[in-house]
Amino acid sequence: MDKQRMKLQLHLCVCVCVFQMTRAKPEDDEYWNSSKFKAFTFDDEDDEFSQLKESKRAVNSILVDEDEDEDDVERVSWSGEPVGSISWSVKETASSIRSGSEQSFPKIDTTPSLSKQGSGYSLSSLSIVVDSPIWFCLCSLSKDDLSPEETVRRMQKGRPFSLEKFRSLQDKLLLLDEAVAVYDGNVITAVLIFLKKSLSKEILFRELMARDVALRHYVHYLKEMGEQKLLLMHYKEHLNIKDEGRRRDFLKSCLSLPFSQDDATHVQDHYTLLERQIIIEADAEIFKKFPRKASILNMPIITTLYYSCFYHYGESEGTFSSPSNIRKTFRISEKQYILTALGARAKLKSWFDVDSLFNTKNWLGYTKKKSPIGFHRVVDILHKNSAPVQVLQEYVNLIDDPDLKLSGALKYKCHDVVINTYRDLKDRQQLIVYREKLERDSPEYRKIQELLNNVQIRWKN
Amino acid sequence: MAHTEWKDAPGLPDFSLLKRLARDQLIFLLEQLPGKKDLFIDADLMSPLDRIANVTILKQHEVDKLYKVELKPIVNLVNADKVAGRFRRYKIIFTPQKFYACETVLEEQGVYGDVTTDEWNFYILPLDDDILSLELPEFFRDNFLEGDQRWVTTAGSALRLLQSVYGSFSKVYGIGRCAKMVYESWRELMEDGEQRTRQPEFAKVFLVDRDVDFVTPLCSQVVYEGLVDDLFRIKCGSVEFGPDVTSSDKSIKVMLNSQDKVFSEIRNEHFSNVFGFLSQKAKNLQTAYDKRRGMDIQQMKAFVADELKGLKQEHRLLSLHIGASESMMKKKTKQDFQELLKTEHSLLEGFEIRECITYIEEHINRQVSMIDSLRLLCLLSITENGLLSKDYRSLKAQYLQSYGIEHLLTFANLRQLGLLEEQQAGETLTVMESKVGKLVNDKTVGKLTDAFSSLAKKSNFRALSKRLALVPKSGEEYDLRVPRDMAYVFSGAYIPLSCKLIEQVLERDGWTGMEEVTRMLNGQEFAVTEARSKTDAQRIVLVMFLGGCTFSEISALRFLGKERGCRFIVVTTAITNSSRLLEALLDNSA
Repeated sequence: MDKQRMKLQLHLCVCVCVFQMTRAKPEDDEYWNSSKFKAFTFDDEDDEFSQLKESKRAVNSILVDEDEDEDDVERVSWSGEPVGSISWSVKETASSIRSGSEQSFPKIDTTPSLSKQGSGYSLSSLSIVVDSPIWFCLCSLSKDDLSPEETVRRMQKGRPFSLEKFRSLQDKLLLLDEAVAVYDGNVITAVLIFLKKSLSKEILFRELMARDVALRHYVHYLKEMGEQKLLLMHYKEHLNIKDEGRRRDFLKSCLSLPFSQDDATHVQDHYTLLERQIIIEADAEIFKKFPRKASILNMPIITTLYYSCFYHYGESEGTFSSPSNIRKTFRISEKQYILTALGARAKLKSWFDVDSLFNTKNWLGYTKKKSPIGFHRVVDILHKNSAPVQVLQEYVNLIDDPDLKLSGALKYKCHDVVINTYRDLKDRQQLIVYREKLERDSPEYRKIQELLNNVQIRWKN
Repeated sequence: MAHTEWKDAPGLPDFSLLKRLARDQLIFLLEQLPGKKDLFIDADLMSPLDRIANVTILKQHEVDKLYKVELKPIVNLVNADKVAGRFRRYKIIFTPQKFYACETVLEEQGVYGDVTTDEWNFYILPLDDDILSLELPEFFRDNFLEGDQRWVTTAGSALRLLQSVYGSFSKVYGIGRCAKMVYESWRELMEDGEQRTRQPEFAKVFLVDRDVDFVTPLCSQVVYEGLVDDLFRIKCGSVEFGPDVTSSDKSIKVMLNSQDKVFSEIRNEHFSNVFGFLSQKAKNLQTAYDKRRGMDIQQMKAFVADELKGLKQEHRLLSLHIGASESMMKKKTKQDFQELLKTEHSLLEGFEIRECITYIEEHINRQVSMIDSLRLLCLLSITENGLLSKDYRSLKAQYLQSYGIEHLLTFANLRQLGLLEEQQAGETLTVMESKVGKLVNDKTVGKLTDAFSSLAKKSNFRALSKRLALVPKSGEEYDLRVPRDMAYVFSGAYIPLSCKLIEQVLERDGWTGMEEVTRMLNGQEFAVTEARSKTDAQRIVLVMFLGGCTFSEISALRFLGKERGCRFIVVTTAITNSSRLLEALLDNSA
């Protein structure tokens, strides 16, 4: 019995749909404009959510309970959707484009043919009245001709369905909106695939612009299928090009794309970088002396700078491969430059180059060491590159923070710095402790000995 | 210690049933294709499959050879066979569900019909007594970045499965857009299916979107299990310890769950306690072994029969975890890690932000860990509600210089998700600023600009943190051996926002009184009463993380459960951590 009723209802949907289409008067939409139902949006208040839940429950109870109170039933629309629910309002909003006004429907009494079935009530709720002869003739339409709701339901459950019947744009959109309303990404994408096949790109995009959720599904689908060519995705294509020359040319072609000002600079840099790397790579003479592990192609800017500091240090700014040229071209900060050059020169154990990185001359011609990065960090890097104690010591001495200086000196065994620090702190106890760690009769040991014997110093302990 | 079983803790449902269900369905599907067959398995599916079936079971059902499959070749295989005139039957089994988009691919490639398809509804993999995973790491990116809702119904179906096996729930709470949709999809499914009137085994369900709390998964983990995951990557409940841990020349794969008695005692502990605990354990073990001395034959026989095996097992586990701890100590006690933690804590506290930025800048300049640099940038952005324009541009430029310009796409993704943003200066403030600016000299104007833009931030994290007391007052001693709140999972510096929300909602039995908090979290909260129940089940709470959850959060919930005399069961789309979360958003390779 229930099943039968269900079927009836489906047929009814069909009949109303078709009917409305034949009588469509798009300009006559007074009813819809005055309707209080609004389109579904995500950010709506919570009550719409709970409303949906409640109304779903209401529908279910109607289908089960035959002796429903008429007032309750009134809230159900012709498709069995509760009036005021999300899916209902989506549908109503969408169909408002095409629906004619109620006056254009032939007036008859529905009760005889449909008796007390749920579907009968729904009709009256929309004040759509159907003429019996037409009703019967429409009923003979194919059973596969399903409403968007039922189609989506079938799709959700993996039951057979057919989308071919959704031929008008309005029907297609109703179907899409229904899929969106049930939050089923799988079905949304399936409907979009159908729309892609059966609608022109322009129309599809025009409609998707107003449907954010569907649009994002569509973009993601195209992305997954490798069809999408949005701005950044287009740029991303370069990652698929193996040949450097072609990759460079591709990046060049990206320069004219309408990136934001900020990103345009970066894309320009990317092109310049690869162009530069190709030039540097071609000039590989130098590797006879230092064999390299990997090619510089497609490496980041800083890695390129490091490479240049390693192999092309001291070249004049005019050459593309010189560190100073790279620094200037890519607007590399002083701090970053010093860090990178330090790493490269320390790796080569060119302590002289390391020194000259930090040397500054004042107007009297004295040299003084200055650094945009903390000297404790400099010491760190030098130590990692196994700098000798004499070199380390000089830089440990330059650490500003006394605590960091002492801990650095202790860590890297810069005895002189440790001893001088304790002496300056007048810390006799620590000196004695430190002496014990040293080799007897080493110069440092003797130095401590002398200090401890020095009666001029006023120890604090 | 956190491991001790509290007296009145409710027992947990037996989740091994879920494994059996999945296995039975797989066998059923295999039996649908009688005779010898080769099985091609998606690489991502290997580990989950391992947990529920083994080669013997597959062989029993006439699986001949096993292959690993990368993307697409199935279609190529079928087409190649066709060209060569070979006849074979093909079946593609999709799990957890079939997508129409996949069928379209088959159709487009001209093999639709040559290949039959089926679904294996393997929704949930129990990783442990209290952890259920959907094993969908792609959920996070698909849902939150791409806006693709394909997994919404999957999550709904997983809940329905739990409900049909273990009974219904009395209350459902949730927060987040996806949580709402999942709840709705679940309801829909329930209404379609038959109603069961069983006594509920869970009392409450809490659904939470990952994007409600991005701060927690971005923090370095310092509880043992989380740390193991950060350093060694736990995959499907198992970890591979390399030679540095095993102190031999080979790697060992170990299952990490409550079956491992040593592990289950240290997994939730702050790392600083673990070493002491393990050495105590080693001493006890020695004592147990020493009992052998002075035994007579009879006693020795009993000892070998009853205790020795257990002791040996414990011995093996103990040496593994000691090895792992050593290896972690080596990595984590380095100065670098200490500085990293200090920076994280400063960011959480909102303290010395300029120093933090300098640290992050140097981190980038030194080209050390690309992911860590990104993680710190995101943490800075979220806690500060976006970066000042000049900071954003400069840090982004330096990042691209250090790690590659192709990361432009990564930055676009992070921006879209709200993980790394540039602040938009408020107009009113600009006006005020220029007015005040006229009164002072140029140098001060610069400083003022900074001050004003920091005023313009709608600092939601700071406000949330204040309102929910997420960051304990600094200066107070925090004894990590006797944790006083969930903050212990982050060395006492921060209570995970996600867990705090859960605690508050359970305490209030809803969102009442938390209006300001939910407003700052962009709303989307709900609470629904499903049924009344007064059984013990009231004290079992199911928490579903949509988009992944971290081991630190699980530890925090276990702690909370212990405090409140209830038990939490975590259902997550996947186990995540900072690296996985950010790697899902990278777009720097083809």
